[in-house]
Amino acid sequence: MGTTTPIATTRSVTGMPTGRLAVWWVIGSEIVIFGGLLMCYLMFRLKYPYWAMYSVHTNTFAGALNTFVLLTSSLFIVLAHYYAERKEELKAFGLIWATIFGGLTFLVIKGIEWTTEITNGFTITSSMFWSFYYTAAGLHALHVIAGMCLMAWISMDVLQKKNMHRVELIGIYWHFVDIVWIFLFPLLYIAK
Amino acid sequence: MAGHVDSHDHDAHTDSDGHGPAFYIKIWAILLVLFLISVAGPEISHHKAVILVTAFGIAIVKAYMVAVNFMHIKHEKKYIAYIMFAMLGAVFLFYIAVSTDVQMTSGSNWENASAKAVIEQHKDFQEHIEHE
Repeated sequence: MGTTTPIATTRSVTGMPTGRLAVWWVIGSEIVIFGGLLMCYLMFRLKYPYWAMYSVHTNTFAGALNTFVLLTSSLFIVLAHYYAERKEELKAFGLIWATIFGGLTFLVIKGIEWTTEITNGFTITSSMFWSFYYTAAGLHALHVIAGMCLMAWISMDVLQKKNMHRVELIGIYWHFVDIVWIFLFPLLYIAK
Repeated sequence: MAGHVDSHDHDAHTDSDGHGPAFYIKIWAILLVLFLISVAGPEISHHKAVILVTAFGIAIVKAYMVAVNFMHIKHEKKYIAYIMFAMLGAVFLFYIAVSTDVQMTSGSNWENASAKAVIEQHKDFQEHIEHE
């Protein structure tokens, strides 16, 4: 084993690599964060059905387009993992950057959507519905940005055939970000 | 000292399980079809049952498909799934514990006057939704 390889990469008392276990723990924590937020939203939404008059202003087309973009980016990162396993670094590198581009597209669509909503007077302080909307979607967007930064960093290693297993780790995280959106989409855009 | 494991210990499963590009593209295509149904369902019918099944029911199926086929949770150690279910359990426990207080406007020794006032203020709209 090379002296530069982090010990945590290969050592484990749990029967699995420590890095991967750490990612699953992060996801476990995220389930509580997003789950708590969405449950709060659900409680208030059920209490105040008139929130439908606010949610009617969310842009279903933009939400649907973003769902498509995230699902497709999930495909790209799982394929990147597949090629990283086979040490095909160029294909893995290209697919990681395709995923980053997916994240960027998601943020651009979100940016356009939010600009339109804010211009129309729907801000985070307009009502409880809009507070939940911007908090949940904003927190999710922050996770997209974090994932994109990590992927860009990992892609540099991939190009040098170093730490290829990290493609799988960032993939697990990215799929979770996708799953969160799978639930945000019907809650904020479909249930009108 | 802790033992060493292969960082791709579960990856040996990938070939035998047929997890190649064609498989992932197939899963992605199924997810897209489910996504289209989840958008089209509530557009076709505004009935609550239709929205619940097409939008939220399908969201659960999609999340399961991503977790199993893209995140490979089935190939992880069993305790990973247990941890995830424990976290989900904590979220549902939170809902069960808090929802009665949040969703009600009054109890045996308390009353949320401001919530009642807001609901009263939007009574017409609420009745309109219920009729739909």
